[in-house]
Amino acid sequence: MIENSENSILKTENLTIGYPQKKQDHIIFSNINLSIEKGRLISVLGKNGIGKSTLLRTLCKVQKPITGAIYFEGKELNTYSENDLSKKLSLVLTERLPESQLTVFELIALGRQPYTNWIDTLSKADLEKIETAIKQTEIGHLKNQRFYELSDGQLQRVLIARALAQDTDVIILDEPTAHLDMHQTINIFSLLQQLVKQTNKTIIVSSHEINLALKLSDEIILLTENNLQFGTTESLIAKNAFDKLFPNNLLKFNKSLQQFVINKT
Amino acid sequence: MKQKSYRKQFILLSVLLIVLFAINISLGSVIIPFKDILNTLTGDASVKESWQTIILNFRLPKAITAILVGSGLSVAGLLMQTLFRNPLAGPFVLGISSGASLGVALLILGSSLFGGFFLAHSVSNWSFPIAASVGAFLVLSAVIIAANRVRNTMSILIIGLMFGSLTSAVISVLAYFSEAAQIQQFLFWSFGSLGNLSWNEILVFMVIYIIGILATVAVIKPLNSLLLGENYAKSLGINVKKNRNIILLITSILTGVITAFAGPIAFVGLAVPHIARMIFVSSNHKILLPAVIILGASILLICDSISQLPTSEFTLPINAITSLFGAPIVIWLLIRKKKLFV
Repeated sequence: MIENSENSILKTENLTIGYPQKKQDHIIFSNINLSIEKGRLISVLGKNGIGKSTLLRTLCKVQKPITGAIYFEGKELNTYSENDLSKKLSLVLTERLPESQLTVFELIALGRQPYTNWIDTLSKADLEKIETAIKQTEIGHLKNQRFYELSDGQLQRVLIARALAQDTDVIILDEPTAHLDMHQTINIFSLLQQLVKQTNKTIIVSSHEINLALKLSDEIILLTENNLQFGTTESLIAKNAFDKLFPNNLLKFNKSLQQFVINKT
Repeated sequence: MKQKSYRKQFILLSVLLIVLFAINISLGSVIIPFKDILNTLTGDASVKESWQTIILNFRLPKAITAILVGSGLSVAGLLMQTLFRNPLAGPFVLGISSGASLGVALLILGSSLFGGFFLAHSVSNWSFPIAASVGAFLVLSAVIIAANRVRNTMSILIIGLMFGSLTSAVISVLAYFSEAAQIQQFLFWSFGSLGNLSWNEILVFMVIYIIGILATVAVIKPLNSLLLGENYAKSLGINVKKNRNIILLITSILTGVITAFAGPIAFVGLAVPHIARMIFVSSNHKILLPAVIILGASILLICDSISQLPTSEFTLPINAITSLFGAPIVIWLLIRKKKLFV
């Protein structure tokens, strides 16, 4: 890990994440030192329950770190107010949206809330940002539909558009492809890759689509038991980092194919 | 969040509200020609004096009370449904009306237990509103203190329901030890009543109501972001905890003052937001807030007109009418539309 602090947008220093408890803190990972640069697509990989969400939650200030610090554009994350942070960091979460009658346009327009006045009037600039977000995610035809009428894949695109409308340097997505079929999954991932190239935003995405993530991401945060590794796909492969991702021999990492294959027995 | 224009619906509903208001003040046990009603309202002194008294001191205050109660409860219901993102929430889920009931119950029923102290005060017609407000305020404080200790908003819903059960239980105990006449007096209060308010009381009512509505306008933005859930709202820069307390406070003030002056009026707060959502097919609070105000006022005016049993001497309890006519409407709407939204 060579650090280039000039360009780094998100940095952690000796970060320990987990859940504080009365007797002894429940620590998930400790001593995390990440330096994430602008304009990167970064995948967070790891098996179920390893702590992907905990890491993401800590990075976006939903959860407090146990020790250590997170720096966002060189400033400590704690010093950001909720409103300041909402202009820097946007989210796409896994949780289901409450059932409402919001239209796709209204939902995306909510992304402009950090910038609008007390009564939430959309200025011309706001409308332009919304239009751009709709164009970038290619959902113009859905604009006037209610969001509950959409398919899962369409909804993910809308949620990504909402995050884009929020106009932040960093977007964090928690398992955006969880309920999607193969086609939609590839669709979303290539959209993310495209967005990083077009907009120079940093996108951090947690996923179970390991093979796809390895192909399309610039860098990987790999979570295995008590171990967090960060680097480009090649550097992690060179370190044999993927061998320990899954416990038994059912799945094996094939170095030459650069992906996981099922072991035939 | 503009785009679609809702002007046509709003104009239609406003006209409806005015018509209903006119119908409401035209009906009563005494038949007064509409022309004379108009003349009275415009300050013409040539109308028969007894008619003037009826209109200015009975019908007009009652119609205004109906508007304040109907719209206030509907706004409170909208706030609760959005805050809890639960279509079953209403203004009474926080146990506030139970608190108000407890206050009144202590005043009426407690007098036999605690002797003459309460009785001496129950002469003034302010004593009911004051007792109800104190009761509502105490329960509200308890709910807000409890709300700040739990992380999950849904727990507040349960806590509110528990406070409701607790106060109801206390009222039952009080009623058990009370005399028939006092129980009857309490029962009559719990039927709800839009009449009996003097202009002074209406003035106090109106000031508190306007404060509540203005505060609601100020939280439209957080309300809209809450439609995405608390985590998204937070990521949009909304201070969820602060706004949650503000929303709880507004709801409590509105329901507290309404219950204090008009008794616990059921159904309106739960149903009107749903009717508004079905008419406007929107969840945007910029549309819904004016919509529930107009609709809530209209619906309570209708219920009040029915409860007067036009041309008869009797007046049915308003609380029974709201449920009797409202519940079937909501059931019908639901069966037709099949889905409830927040």
